[in-house]
Amino acid sequence: MSTLLASVGAAVLGFLAAIGRLALFTGQTISHLVRPPFYGREFGNALLQIGYFSLPVVGLTAFFTGGALALQIYSGGARFSAEAVVPQIVAIGMVRELGPVLVGLMIAARVTSSIAAEIATMKVTEQIDALVTLSTHPMKYLTLPRVLAATLVMPLLVGVGDIIGIYGGFIVGTERLGFNAAAYLQNTADFLEPLDIISSLVKGAVFGFIAALMGCYYGMNSDRGAMGVGRATKSSVVAAAILILTANFLLTEAFFSA
Amino acid sequence: MIELTDVHKSFGTNHVLRGVNLSVPKGESMVVIGGSGTGKSILIKSILGLVTPESGTITLDGRDVNQGDRDAFLARFGMLFQGAALFDSLPVWQNVAFRLLRGSLKKPKSEAREIAIEKLRRVGLTADVADRLPAELSGGMQKRVGLARAIAAEPEIIFFDEPTTGLDPIMAGVINDLIREIVTEMGATAITITHDMTSVRAIADKIAMLHAGKIRWTGPVADMDASTDPYVDQFIHGRAEGPIEAVR
Repeated sequence: MSTLLASVGAAVLGFLAAIGRLALFTGQTISHLVRPPFYGREFGNALLQIGYFSLPVVGLTAFFTGGALALQIYSGGARFSAEAVVPQIVAIGMVRELGPVLVGLMIAARVTSSIAAEIATMKVTEQIDALVTLSTHPMKYLTLPRVLAATLVMPLLVGVGDIIGIYGGFIVGTERLGFNAAAYLQNTADFLEPLDIISSLVKGAVFGFIAALMGCYYGMNSDRGAMGVGRATKSSVVAAAILILTANFLLTEAFFSA
Repeated sequence: MIELTDVHKSFGTNHVLRGVNLSVPKGESMVVIGGSGTGKSILIKSILGLVTPESGTITLDGRDVNQGDRDAFLARFGMLFQGAALFDSLPVWQNVAFRLLRGSLKKPKSEAREIAIEKLRRVGLTADVADRLPAELSGGMQKRVGLARAIAAEPEIIFFDEPTTGLDPIMAGVINDLIREIVTEMGATAITITHDMTSVRAIADKIAMLHAGKIRWTGPVADMDASTDPYVDQFIHGRAEGPIEAVR
């Protein structure tokens, strides 16, 4: 019995310690935001890598999700003669939930893993130590530009994802389900409220922060060797996905619970 | 003068440094020898602040290395890492000029590039490698680029961590000669970590042997062969039999 309690206690302590380390890492990252120097070139590069090069995967994901959503709502709505709500539900579904969450998860898969693997490899090959000996703070040079870029560019990606997702629903609605194009667009525009769009963009910023932070945190704390890099990459994606889904629930609660 | 006094460092139950005392006078080339896993790299990482010792003091010119302006402190150092540790995403010249492109030693880009190319020439590389990525270079070339980066800002103190590991004997000889020449012409203080006895004889003014977390023996390179210390004797002759256990 005491062994069981000891192992439960150790697990709880380990979990709390991990939260503490992550909180410290987050605080340090944010603190570098107001302390020069800033590495503009690294920031620009991160904007390009996280933002521009993620557009194809975001676009494809959103387009097919919007299209599938239109089909589902149409066939599901037919059970109680509510097929006509396809434009409204596609719009609200994409903007409030599916757009930010799917873009967040795709960024976790594409960007978090890439950041974690890159930084972990830099750590095991002593490039992080080399940065320090060259008077360059690794968090300023590696973490801050990526986290800042992801936080700023993710709302744009989510916005693009929302639009393409609605467009996917529009194409399916008009070409496959027989909706009138002008009426479809009018219904979409009429139904969406500013808060829907604001919540979507705020979620994007929060998810971007989480995705990049997890990549940097697990990369910086990677163990040695190929297994260490692999473990850091896997853990970063899992942690980012879980935190994004948790944050999504909390933000939805905050924005729409009333 | 770099001075370590009773420096201890452990990782969990592994006590790597158990009271290291070592002095490296200005302008001297000190080579630290010792078996794998004896803490040689931890020793130089402790001086640079990459690793924090649990106890003991490390001073540079009488001042504790953990106090004062860290950037100014690090600006006095150059380091060649075991695997060169070049930044994969940057071309060779930006690796060499890294310190000259940012921070307190920042210079205009064209000037930094010129200095980088001159340093590359100094280590025997032509200007055409400047725009290549590190992954496009051989191991020996990467080591030379690492050496060029270590000397780019003309530091007072240079650390070399296993400079010839993984190189063929000819390239190892080239690197050893380069290190000796550069240290002599720059008048720099150097600490080299190695277990390659050819490097030791080529680079060292003085030798310190690290064993079981302590400096076991220290003396001029000329005295090494005449040392009566059985640990030194076994190590420099590469004997399996002796007080140093072959299985560690």
